[in-house]
Amino acid sequence: MAELRFTKDHEWIRVADGDVYEIGISDYAQSQLGDVVFVDLPEIGKQIAKGGQAAVVESVKAASDVYSPVGGTVVGINDALSADPGLINREPTTGGWFFKLKTGDTAQFAELMDEAAYADYVKGLG
Amino acid sequence: MSDDENLKFTPLDALHRSLGAKMVPFAGYAMPVHYPAGILNEHLHTRAAAGLFDVSHMGQALLLGPDAATALETLVPGDLQVLKEGATRYTQLTDDNGGILDDLMATKRNDGLYLVVNAACKDADFARIDAKIGSRAKLVRLDDRALLALQGPKAAEVMARLAPDSVGQKFMTLRAGKIGAFDCWFTRSGYTGEDGYEISVPASQAEGLAKLLLDQPEVKPIGLGARDSLRLEAGLCLYGHDIDTTTSPIEADLVWSISKRRRAEGGFPGAARVQKELADGPSRKRVGILPEGRAPAREGTEIVDANGNKIGIVTSGGFGPTVNGPIAMGYVPASFAQPGTPVGLVVRGKTLPAKIAGMPFAPHRYFRG
Repeated sequence: MAELRFTKDHEWIRVADGDVYEIGISDYAQSQLGDVVFVDLPEIGKQIAKGGQAAVVESVKAASDVYSPVGGTVVGINDALSADPGLINREPTTGGWFFKLKTGDTAQFAELMDEAAYADYVKGLG
Repeated sequence: MSDDENLKFTPLDALHRSLGAKMVPFAGYAMPVHYPAGILNEHLHTRAAAGLFDVSHMGQALLLGPDAATALETLVPGDLQVLKEGATRYTQLTDDNGGILDDLMATKRNDGLYLVVNAACKDADFARIDAKIGSRAKLVRLDDRALLALQGPKAAEVMARLAPDSVGQKFMTLRAGKIGAFDCWFTRSGYTGEDGYEISVPASQAEGLAKLLLDQPEVKPIGLGARDSLRLEAGLCLYGHDIDTTTSPIEADLVWSISKRRRAEGGFPGAARVQKELADGPSRKRVGILPEGRAPAREGTEIVDANGNKIGIVTSGGFGPTVNGPIAMGYVPASFAQPGTPVGLVVRGKTLPAKIAGMPFAPHRYFRG
């Protein structure tokens, strides 16, 4: 598996293929949300700015926005989530991915937290 | 949580934390929203076996004196005079406009009434009762008592094992007796739609009782998150959300809680509005709503007609684990209140199709004897 990078809003991103990235939410995020029951995914072809609202994840408790760690165009969504949103709880950084984004600015990826930095960040949240 | 130091704690606070609860502020108290099992599992466990809830934040009081039932009838539309000793009624405190100040349970005792009111409203409720009828009956707050709820189809088995006095007890009746070694008052009632009991116990004995109940193989601790999804599936009102001072008992579809005598006689605050709405029908009504897709419609979601005009608002909404889909309730004009009527729900700017639905969403399983 390719390297994961993280945002302060608890999204993860990894290189899927060249300038196409796969994006989801972290294990910490899914544990905070609790049981996920619905995901509102972006439409393929949608342009999203870095930090822009890209998806909504609904747990039993509440709805939360998911932001895109990099800017680009949506080129794929994880259809498996509509039938089984619990994938996000069970496999947050693998089968529970949300969408794929093609970007023209691959340098944005390197600016995000790596796994060690994100682990420290989460630890600091208490 | 910056205001942690201002929060009050129930007698079970240490137990919740030892069980791994996620604690949140609720109605001025630190309360468990869920335990490690999570809301979904807790909800389903309560429907399948038995769940133990801490509801000690709610207000308990006695209204003492031979005139207590008649006196309280001047503040609520419920029929309290008809109650035999040990019988419990659900009713509402109404204001002069017929709005709902709170909803409550009143149980007849040989010395008066035993009241249970909502946590967020209890100070105002007790002040109002004391001020309005203080000369006719004596209000005694029971702040030194805890309240637990044991809910679910196996609750009666658990109680039969620990409290032989509970055997054969009927829905909406109270008995006083021992549960294990603990002196309790238990009502066969609850707010999940399941058979179950609400158990009042001296605060000093609450942790011992909770541990005894949790030691039973059928019982797991359940937090406020699942309590909310259970009561929504049961089609029951949550004060401050589905009912408040803008809603009358008739609009809220609580007509069943007002007897024929009280409808005819009135004699409670706002009776004129209630009687007018009984005669003419209310202009709007609380209804169940079933979204057609999988997206939950939360509280505050706009309800629209086929032309996109706003006709109402969702007052409670989310995911129903037993229904295994989104469910909601809200207010719509009476002309839209018929089950099956199509409506739209505006979720994140998109209008999603939904239908008015009968309630409860999950069948009630009360023990009527």
